[in-house]
Amino acid sequence: MRNYALLILLLSSIISISQNCDNTLSGTVTDLHDGSLLSGATLIVAGTEQAALTDLDGKFTITNLCDGNYSIQVSHLYCLTKGFTVTISGNTTKSFKLEHHLEELNQITVEGKAYGVKSKTTFENTISKEELERFSSGSLGDALNSLSGVSSLNTGNTVIKPLVNGLHSSRVVIINNGVRMEDQEWGAEHAPNIDINSVGNLTLIKGAGALQYGGDAIGGVIVAEASKAPMKDSLYGKTLLTAASNGRGASLTSQLTKSYQNGWYAKAQGTLKRFGDFEAPDYVLSNTGIFERNASLQLGLNRFDYGIEAYYSIFKNEMGILSASHLGGAEDQIRALNSNTPLIINDFTYTIMAPKQDVTHHLARVKGFKKFDGFGKLSLQYDFQSNNRLEFDIRTGDDSDKASVDLQLDTHTLLLDLDAHLTDALRLKTGIIGRYQTNFADPNTGVRRLIPDYDKYDLGIYAVADYKLTDHLLLEVGGRFDYTYLDAFKFYRTSFWESRNYDQLFPELIVEEFNNQILTNPQLNYYNGSGTVGATYTFGKDSKLFFNYSIASRAPNPSELFSEGLHHSASRIELGDLRFNSEVGHKISLTFQRETDTFSFSVNPYINTISDFIVIEPTEIQQTVRGNFQVWEYRQTNAQLIGVDVDASYAFTENFSLKNQFSLVKGYDRTTDKPLISMPPVNTKNELIYQNSELNNIRFSLQSAYYFRQNEYPDTNFEVFLPETETTELVDVSTPPDAYHLLNFNSSIDLNASKKTIVTVGIGITNVLNTSYRNYLNRLRYYADDLGRNFLLNLKINY
Amino acid sequence: MKKVKFLSILLLTTILFAACSSDDDTPEQVNEEEVITTMTVTLVPNNGGSSITLQTRDLDGDGPNAPEVTVSGNLITGTTYNGTIVLLNETVSPAENITEEVEEEDEEHQFFYTTGGGIDVTTAYSNFDDDGNPLGTEFTLTAVSASSGTLTFTLRHLPTKPNTGLEDAGGETDVAATFSVTVE
Repeated sequence: MRNYALLILLLSSIISISQNCDNTLSGTVTDLHDGSLLSGATLIVAGTEQAALTDLDGKFTITNLCDGNYSIQVSHLYCLTKGFTVTISGNTTKSFKLEHHLEELNQITVEGKAYGVKSKTTFENTISKEELERFSSGSLGDALNSLSGVSSLNTGNTVIKPLVNGLHSSRVVIINNGVRMEDQEWGAEHAPNIDINSVGNLTLIKGAGALQYGGDAIGGVIVAEASKAPMKDSLYGKTLLTAASNGRGASLTSQLTKSYQNGWYAKAQGTLKRFGDFEAPDYVLSNTGIFERNASLQLGLNRFDYGIEAYYSIFKNEMGILSASHLGGAEDQIRALNSNTPLIINDFTYTIMAPKQDVTHHLARVKGFKKFDGFGKLSLQYDFQSNNRLEFDIRTGDDSDKASVDLQLDTHTLLLDLDAHLTDALRLKTGIIGRYQTNFADPNTGVRRLIPDYDKYDLGIYAVADYKLTDHLLLEVGGRFDYTYLDAFKFYRTSFWESRNYDQLFPELIVEEFNNQILTNPQLNYYNGSGTVGATYTFGKDSKLFFNYSIASRAPNPSELFSEGLHHSASRIELGDLRFNSEVGHKISLTFQRETDTFSFSVNPYINTISDFIVIEPTEIQQTVRGNFQVWEYRQTNAQLIGVDVDASYAFTENFSLKNQFSLVKGYDRTTDKPLISMPPVNTKNELIYQNSELNNIRFSLQSAYYFRQNEYPDTNFEVFLPETETTELVDVSTPPDAYHLLNFNSSIDLNASKKTIVTVGIGITNVLNTSYRNYLNRLRYYADDLGRNFLLNLKINY
Repeated sequence: MKKVKFLSILLLTTILFAACSSDDDTPEQVNEEEVITTMTVTLVPNNGGSSITLQTRDLDGDGPNAPEVTVSGNLITGTTYNGTIVLLNETVSPAENITEEVEEEDEEHQFFYTTGGGIDVTTAYSNFDDDGNPLGTEFTLTAVSASSGTLTFTLRHLPTKPNTGLEDAGGETDVAATFSVTVE
């Protein structure tokens, strides 16, 4: 044994004496993600003075190496420098892989962009972090409103619901950090439960092209992502304080990120927002305060080829609803409509009284991914959401402090995704998703349930492939199938059950009959298919043409199926229909985009044809002991939306630029040939910007926003007899308000407080001229003017 | 190691899914607590004689059925009646008396009486809130001359008090019921 060891030692010493130093090391440097060749990478051999650069094909050659081990450092402009140990024995070939760009979990980074493209053949609008920060004291809806083609359906000034190309609620899917928001989004007066300050990047995809997020986004998909932690040792943070004169409140948000070279990172973020009553130019909008508290925590490990992440956020928001909007029946509505000012105007206060909403949303997510060499990335995600919605009405007696609506919606989702690069030109994204959702309506409210108790199961499967046919032409095709099973327990009023003939149609659903109510157990199945076909053609140096056709199917939501009774916040009776089937939208969209240094623009015409479109409309007047109420019934029809969105910007000089936006959408009910209700009026925004990066990045902007009057609307007016005047009065609930023009001013300057700290001070004024106006898309427009002038002071500290 | 992590996540989610999917209890019925289904106005002549009842009754609340309105008889010229108003929620059993709630919160409520269509009667409040402003669950009605028309009772929640009538009372309408009445 000893002799054997000795022999080896001897032999090896012979080798080292007679070692050959004429060896060549050659090979390639490639990108770890997609295997693309990296040119211009530098290789340095430790211990010798040798260095080499890769050529255009990513190839390198290093000569005059001896047999043995070498340490070689490989670096590239956009990569993290990495060290390798190479054993040379004769002429050796070796390939090195570098992380070509920093990639984070849940992100597919494309062409060096920090945030990935979500759909390759649908034009995307994004809002950057800098722009989002200007909306720090506002809401997600306010920020989205700044994009062309997006408006918002408002309930007063606090509930801002995004409206994409004329569609909203269940037709717009919101993805928050990779999680589809399940926050009772069906309601027109339910705002998205996302803290605008937790968002690092906001992307809007108009249409259903991004199938990985769902097949039911007939309107569009909004993707909110947290900002990314870099893969290096660092600790940094940001604090933003915004004080506003209107509402006499402020918003404070802070975030701190700690990251390590080895890939671990942690991030904590919190927001506190408090406003009292807001004001119109001429009066206080009583009971419109807001109190919002949010926090989020993110923890993860991000490596080249695998990673895990845990994320948790809580969103809690208490919002007052304009006192003057709380009404009884049609008689009260007439009084409100005939009055130029709200019927209730009190002194300014921070107190939020009934009617109000109090919403809490918890979101927890764990996700892991693993990359397989030359194949792709596999990720698995589980998320849990818990949404509690309380709505308080003005009530009497013992019930005064009790909520009228108390809904608890819990959702569990499991997602498995594969992102594979099958060849250099062909990429396939595919995945499977399972979801379980349960809704519990607390009976202790003493008010009949607005949304019944239900369990819902979803199973979805999708695949999207894109293929780069030539350098100029990219094709995309995708399909998705979703199965939904809904198991509900719903109490119907016996009178309603019979008036709808449900007693003939669905006798098998009855579980139990009470004196004036019937307990039923509807079990509904929906099978939905969706798909997309598209192409992107690049021509010239700076022009692109996007074409996309998508078909989307959406199962009716619980509100559309089960509504049955008085909706206090709208002072109307709303009736759903158990017999609804899924609505199916076909959208064709075309975008021409041109981007040069001085002039860029995009034009996006589209046509969205929706069969079995579910619309709610007034049908009749119903008498109750409380007076007359308008009845709004959901029905299915065929709808068509046609529109165009235009964005343009022109830089006159290095510092001056002009931005323009124009959106037009027309919506029609093709069965009755009438316009659809609540379609955004034509609007155009023009902004003059001065920015000088050499002068403390000083920036001034003046924006003019013009909203035309909506001239196409369905006439839903009705008449009511008033005993006190013995007259029949018209209740005009459909005529849209006049056109209006708003001026907004914004400015900011960066101040370097110390080497590592940058303070940005900003001053803004919205509605500079203090214009009194009413917005057609504000559900409370009958009762009060919209917001008056607002002075904002922004203070941002980056450290 | 990595496999272990994935497997443990998978296991965890499976447990969670399994844990929350066995909840088949039927929900309990909710009877509206604040619904006013029935308003009964009783008019008792203060010179004796038979009393008259005006009633509106809507047992399905804001359901599709309209309220049933009944008037038991005609008023007699020259007679003064003592009126009382009773509000009931008959969706619950036994029926809940809402008048008591209204009278407890008298400062936040007020009844209004409106005549229409040429009926010749006068009304006056008989009960008042703690501030001395009218409440109106009790009132007097005088049938002045032979005529016919309508009599409307309106209950407002959170009206401006004092006020000069429905026009400037504001608030929210809790009850609005019109009866066709004849004075003979």
